[in-house]
Amino acid sequence: MGSTVNQSPGKAEIGAPESRFKGLMKQLIRNKSSLFGGIILIFFLLIALSTVLFLWIPGWNFSLMTHSPTSTDVLNRFATPSGDHWFGTDQNGRDIYSRIIFGTHLTIWIGVSSVLIGAVFGIFFGLLAGYYGKIWDTVIMRAADILLAFPGILLALAIVSALGASMNNVIIALSIYNIPVFARIVRGSVLEVKNIEYIEAIRALGARDGKIIFQHILPNVSSPIIVQASLQIATTILSAAGLSFLGVGVQPPLSEWGAMLNDGRSYMWDNPHLTIFPGIAIVLLVLAFNMLGDGLRDALDPRSKK
Amino acid sequence: MTTPLFEAKNLQKYFPVKGGILNRTQAQVKAVDDVSFAINPGETLSIVGESGCGKSTTGRAILRLDDPTDGEILFEGQNLMELSKSDLRQKRKEMQIIFQDPYASLNPRQKVKQILDEAMAIQGVVSKAKRPERIRELMEVVGLRPEQAERYPFQFSGGQRQRIGIARALSVDPKLIVCDEAVSALDVSTQAQVLNLLKKLQKDLDLTYLFISHDLGVVRHISDRVIVMYLGKIVEIADKKDLFDSPRHPYTRALLSAIPIPDPSKSRERIVLQGDVPSPMNPPAGCRFHTRCPFATDICKTEEPELRSTTFMNETHKAACHHIEKIAETEKTSIV
Repeated sequence: MGSTVNQSPGKAEIGAPESRFKGLMKQLIRNKSSLFGGIILIFFLLIALSTVLFLWIPGWNFSLMTHSPTSTDVLNRFATPSGDHWFGTDQNGRDIYSRIIFGTHLTIWIGVSSVLIGAVFGIFFGLLAGYYGKIWDTVIMRAADILLAFPGILLALAIVSALGASMNNVIIALSIYNIPVFARIVRGSVLEVKNIEYIEAIRALGARDGKIIFQHILPNVSSPIIVQASLQIATTILSAAGLSFLGVGVQPPLSEWGAMLNDGRSYMWDNPHLTIFPGIAIVLLVLAFNMLGDGLRDALDPRSKK
Repeated sequence: MTTPLFEAKNLQKYFPVKGGILNRTQAQVKAVDDVSFAINPGETLSIVGESGCGKSTTGRAILRLDDPTDGEILFEGQNLMELSKSDLRQKRKEMQIIFQDPYASLNPRQKVKQILDEAMAIQGVVSKAKRPERIRELMEVVGLRPEQAERYPFQFSGGQRQRIGIARALSVDPKLIVCDEAVSALDVSTQAQVLNLLKKLQKDLDLTYLFISHDLGVVRHISDRVIVMYLGKIVEIADKKDLFDSPRHPYTRALLSAIPIPDPSKSRERIVLQGDVPSPMNPPAGCRFHTRCPFATDICKTEEPELRSTTFMNETHKAACHHIEKIAETEKTSIV
């Protein structure tokens, strides 16, 4: 939560766009923690992809799930991990392994989509506040301060309570929670970039504000945005799991990981496998995004170039 | 006299200093305070002064990169302050700027040809089909090879980058170019090349320059007329020869005495000013220079001197000092 992005945007980045992307990849791979995070992330993304293909493409029969994630088996409740049920079964006899596999795409979807939506609005408001300043800056940033003054989960909880508990409402709530985070970072970077001379030069040439903002300022503040987005996905996944755990998030029978934790909570002492496996899944995915985010920050920070 | 290409009348630029809980304006930095001057077509007018005297702010204000607080800026008789945002955008092709830092003035993500192409596209001065040809031409004009337009800014040296900055300014066929410390960031040999390029371009393309610099040597090389600024005000304005041969304002004299003379046998009188430049937030009353002036009297503390000329000065030579005559009498010989 609240990781700060310390880097100066715009000025010190040099290099051709194509080679810059290659160089970034090289640096991410050389950095052990981002390499590890990236591998875990690709692993989870492939799992999510397999489920999406299985659900959406008719006639696609391959799935990583060994059982249906929702079919119950009352005779086989609380089974411990075995050859048939790799991670055991829950209080309704559902296969935990299949439920986690199924939940992967839900969790990633919630995390990525709410960060993307939040980023789009946050970037827009941040550009407005940073470029135009004055009253725009005051109004937008005070509103952001108010939103940021709430603990994230409490804000999301309030929004979901008002809208009703469903996956889409969770995404809406978490998007709103993400807006001020991006608005703030973008504003700060814009303030730094907008007085650099090449921006002034294009202004002196008589370019329109829209062109200056979107073609010249935005690309030069992209690094902190990318870094923050990857870190923010991790935070958002945790918040989504938290909402589900509190019972206002994704509703049963969908096996979102936080909801699975909530399901297993009552049986935690006698049947810890109900909570351990989804817990591990959350930790791994959040860790992956965080490690990748840290790696991106190091790779995109011009001061860390060797 | 010719009609001026550009005129600034009573130009003011104040920067608010905000603070406190309510972020109210608590004070004003009077960066440029009531400055008037005219630039004739085809000439190079320089503004010199130490850092913080308002010379760069003046350059930026006349281009409306920072909107002036008050005053008129007339380009070919038209007041730019009255133009709408879109009219001003069109007018910008007449006036361009070359910046100090060649490393910050080019977008690192654009190839040189994209930078030049974009400049022409914004102003619509050259049709899309003809732009590649024009880019090659511009590259040659500023002394670069046309094929270098395919490169990114980081592949160039400081001097080459400054040439690209000049090419960008030229791409829209401006009449006036503000050179804001345009050679200050370059080393001396490169400085000379870029200065000579600027001179050549002026002759070939009929350009008019407002040349902002703190380097008196450079100013002496390139200018026709010179303005000396101190604390947001013009203290002296004169043709180059008059200014360097017979400076009238005590501040100009001190400034010129700081130029090294490349002749060790020649002794020179070095005027060292006492104290620091006062804060532009709260400039001294009367003559702004009186706190450091060796000739200051009571009148300097109360009455602000006008820019004026006297009998033994050229008509175009003006200084803002109460004691021009007295100073001239005490020192019959000029400093240089």
